[in-house]
Amino acid sequence: MKAVYEKYFRSNLPHIWCAGCGHGTVMAAYALALEKLGYDKNDVLAISGIGCSSRITGYLDSSTMHTAHGRALPVASGAKMCEPRLKVFVFMGDGDCTAIGGNHFIHACRRNIDITAIVMNNNIYGMTGGQYSPLTPYGKKATTAPYGNIDHSFDLVELAKGAGATYVARGDVSHMKQLSDLIVEGAQHKGFSVIEAMTPCPTSFGRYNKTPDPAQMLQIFRDVTVSVKRAEKMTAEELEGKILTGVFVNREAPEYVEDYQKLIDSFQGGDK
Amino acid sequence: MAKVKLLQGNQACLEGAISAGADFFAGYPITPSSEVAEQAATKFPKLGRKFMQMEDEIASMAAIIGASAVGHKAFTATSGPGFSLMQELLGYAANAELPLVVVNVMRGGPSTGLPTLPAQGDVQQVRWGTHGDHSIIVLSPYSVTEVYYQTIRAFNLAEQYRTPVILLMDEVIGHLRERFDVPEGYQPEIINRKAPESKENYLPFRNTEDGVPPFIALGQGEGSRYHITGLTHGESGFYSSNPQVVDQFIRRLSSKIEDHVDEIAEVEECYTEDAEILLVAYGCSARASRAAVEKLRAQGQKVGLLRLLTLWPFPDKLVAKHCAGKKAVIMPELNLGQMVREVQRVCPSDVPVKSFTKIDGSLFTPEEIINFMKKGGCL
Ligand code: SF4
Repeated sequence: MKAVYEKYFRSNLPHIWCAGCGHGTVMAAYALALEKLGYDKNDVLAISGIGCSSRITGYLDSSTMHTAHGRALPVASGAKMCEPRLKVFVFMGDGDCTAIGGNHFIHACRRNIDITAIVMNNNIYGMTGGQYSPLTPYGKKATTAPYGNIDHSFDLVELAKGAGATYVARGDVSHMKQLSDLIVEGAQHKGFSVIEAMTPCPTSFGRYNKTPDPAQMLQIFRDVTVSVKRAEKMTAEELEGKILTGVFVNREAPEYVEDYQKLIDSFQGGDK
Repeated sequence: MAKVKLLQGNQACLEGAISAGADFFAGYPITPSSEVAEQAATKFPKLGRKFMQMEDEIASMAAIIGASAVGHKAFTATSGPGFSLMQELLGYAANAELPLVVVNVMRGGPSTGLPTLPAQGDVQQVRWGTHGDHSIIVLSPYSVTEVYYQTIRAFNLAEQYRTPVILLMDEVIGHLRERFDVPEGYQPEIINRKAPESKENYLPFRNTEDGVPPFIALGQGEGSRYHITGLTHGESGFYSSNPQVVDQFIRRLSSKIEDHVDEIAEVEECYTEDAEILLVAYGCSARASRAAVEKLRAQGQKVGLLRLLTLWPFPDKLVAKHCAGKKAVIMPELNLGQMVREVQRVCPSDVPVKSFTKIDGSLFTPEEIINFMKKGGCL
């Protein structure tokens, strides 16, 4: 593992994440995925939005871009459209992706552009101090929901499915290998891939919801997650309160950049 | 031989972008700029270039930022409401020093305003619309042919100074159909962002003598595994809050443009040498002003016109020089007096500067301008 870290991380930086934050594990899962994928680092473009999660691009040794809050996907779309040979990964937080970037998210899903989006979901705005996000569960507390959240949350998997993403998966940091494998599969998939990575934020979520201990949060992840395969054999009662992980959608559909290239080829044009 | 054909301003803009080497357009439909997008959608795939319709203007800006970061010449076109949405990422492009062109075909505002009628209400927004200190380049064409040349210039300046450039058109220029006077086979000078002498130890935001850091596109092999952020950063591209680094960076964002105002800012002088009364105007207001000047000259009146082709950076010294010694300086604008503030700021204090404003959705006529001068006791 050490070798992987050295290879895919920039060595000259301290990171900003709190002790017990799950983001580092997502980063490790991503590094392992890159190792499996065997991509040349020079061909990888990692793009993020704003938030604790989005600082990840500062630590990765590839071409990286830390964009504006919610805007990582359209930036990545323009880059991918112009340089299709690049392997484009987008890192977003839950608020980043589904609130301020929600419109961009559904349209990237719909367009089916060949980008791998990793949504680091900790159910809270961590960097700004623990305000509730569209993925904060109903009833949970946040600094802007001190009496309990009355917003109903999105299910990111359902949102991505409904919007037309052709690869949709969910993993969590208590199952690092599974998460890494999902990133590999998502990257190999031709089209828009969404991988929700459940990650604990003990500082800004745990603290207000009686789970300030990182180990305890990881244990909760272990307890509530059930793979879609295992869930098939479980009863409705057994599945009560569980969160499914694994692959939910994996289908083929025309990919956006390839379709555009076909259009260009149909004119046999090209001064590129 | 001149190629004589009729073209709309928005079409001429696309032709200019093609000549300039733009190969990516991302936009969102909005009157009165949609023809630029339609033309790009039609012509770009035939030329091996790419067009994307985005979900909104924020995404449009984002997409061209992504395109520019990987080394492409990219642009978008919009109008007031869309341009307001673009302010966030216009600041990002300024901060990350990514060359790109934003075409803003102005319409009446605020808000939805007058979608199909002319106004010049965005001339300060283009400069100050996004938060924080930075400079920016804004060009204002006044004819269809000039739209073509100015579009090319917009791309060249963006590349040369690693900055977003705004081509600010009036609704009537965008929709105007007039003679397109570009010589057959015209080959413009094309400027590309400068590359570093060596890719080794590349510093993407290096402080160079001219203030413009050499560029390696992301994803282009050696030297390209660097970081771009909208956070304040040092030469390496990584976040810094070190006061010295911040100070140097923010000052450079402005000075790399302001220090080159003489090379960037263009004006056209029309009967200015012996003029006693000077009109200062831009865009469609300069057309009416020019007609007014011609009429008054025919009557022997010593009136001249200083036409601003570049609104920002504002050519302080040049305008001050032209204003000096005049009996009066008059600035007609289709707003409540926005650019006139700049003229007042630089004009010698003994020269009166009069603002002539119109915001009813109609254009100035030359007669209105002449009457304004008469009423004001200038003639
Ligand atoms: S606030 Fe939460 S998300 Fe942010 S670094 Fe700390 S633990 Fe991680």
